[in-house]
Amino acid sequence: MRILGYYNYWVVIFLMMVGFYTLISRGNLVKKLVGLTVFQTSVFILYISMGKIEGGTAPIIMQGQHVVYSNPIPHVLILTGIVVGIATTAVGLSLVVRIKEAYGTIEEDEIHVQDDVL
Amino acid sequence: MSDRVILRIGAKVLIPFILIFALYVQFHGDFGPGGGFQAGVIFAAAFILYALVYGLENADRVLPPTVVYVCAAVGVMIYAGTGVLTLFLGGEFLDYNVLAHAPEHGQELGIMLVELGVVTTVFGVMVAVFHAFAGRGRVER
Amino acid sequence: MAGIYSFLSALLFTTLDAVDVAFTEASVGAGISTVLMLGALALVGKDCKPRTRPAILPLFVVVVTGLVLVYGTMDMPPFGNPDNPIHHHVAPRYIEDSFEETGVPNIVTSVLASYRGYDTMGETTVIFTAVVGVLLLLARGRKASGAEPGGARAIREAAGGATGGAGPVGSAPGGGPPSGGTPGRGPAGTAPGAPRQREREEEGGPSDE
Repeated sequence: MRILGYYNYWVVIFLMMVGFYTLISRGNLVKKLVGLTVFQTSVFILYISMGKIEGGTAPIIMQGQHVVYSNPIPHVLILTGIVVGIATTAVGLSLVVRIKEAYGTIEEDEIHVQDDVL
Repeated sequence: MSDRVILRIGAKVLIPFILIFALYVQFHGDFGPGGGFQAGVIFAAAFILYALVYGLENADRVLPPTVVYVCAAVGVMIYAGTGVLTLFLGGEFLDYNVLAHAPEHGQELGIMLVELGVVTTVFGVMVAVFHAFAGRGRVER
Repeated sequence: MAGIYSFLSALLFTTLDAVDVAFTEASVGAGISTVLMLGALALVGKDCKPRTRPAILPLFVVVVTGLVLVYGTMDMPPFGNPDNPIHHHVAPRYIEDSFEETGVPNIVTSVLASYRGYDTMGETTVIFTAVVGVLLLLARGRKASGAEPGGARAIREAAGGATGGAGPVGSAPGGGPPSGGTPGRGPAGTAPGAPRQREREEEGGPSDE
């Protein structure tokens, strides 16, 4: 059954939608950042799951044995992605701290109200 | 703080092992999982653990923030410097084959140098960000 | 919660044979990211407004997007099949030639540091730039710095800076803000009084009027 071969994509899409929903529906800025992190991780799972081969093993060469290795290229890309992701989260969180100091709140609608008043 | 004796003793015992494990991960990145990023984060975790248990002032005395900022910048310089070094030695930018007499040795040396640069930068970045967040007081309304 | 989520995804990566990625995700996600979130929450407070009206439009958008994506994955190759096109273009060359060309058994490290070393240099520069950004925003100098949208807010924040405090907790001492309603700033850092000089990162230092 070919449908069952796609379940990894469904898990990824589910996580992605959870993150997306948190991102657009919550007014609290920290919750938005949490949703963004969930979204990021789901994209990582997408790439890593695409690189897996049935019966393969970790891409570390073992001498003299004929084994099937999983694809190392997505691992490289995601390694970079994880590090850049936390860098973005760190900058985002520091922006939230400064917004709290400037506006006194981290709820999005209250910030808009203060912006309109000003 | 008698109720935190367990925490302090536990941290005192654990932190050297965390540091040694970080070194192990760094140098065995060639043979197993690991490498520069993981080692840098584990290095930073040791210092953050120290700062969490013993307070930010003691952590500042052990590792002044200025040193941390310098580490972050120096790491990028090591990485780019390796590339420039290979330029001077006649190869292309970041072509490790020219670093030693044989290409494989050059590759290993080049990989070790750039991983050193990466671990320094990642360590500096993580500790600096932690200091920035922890050194700020609670926001009053 | 975030720590648990990161650990679970690290376990998932391990079962998918991505040991390097699992290592990084466990250490970075469960360690640093959780610490940062906790630190930020400690600074901004845990209160949040409860939901006032049901979120129909975001839910609708999310469901529609999810269905479109599921429809899009019908054309994708099945999971784990060694005949997938992803495994046939560049990966075989890396897997076969990596040990002879670099002498390093870990293919991920050799690709990251040697075959694609330029990308890793870019990545290192990115996290360095991120730390510069964070330091600009959360500088522990006497005055505020960073991108302030609008002069009015800059006036509101002036001179609310801290003196060298004894610890990260405390109330903002003296120096009343010129216009009312300023959120006071917590005392700067814990260093014994000296303002931070970070000339390496930005020109002009952390102070801003």
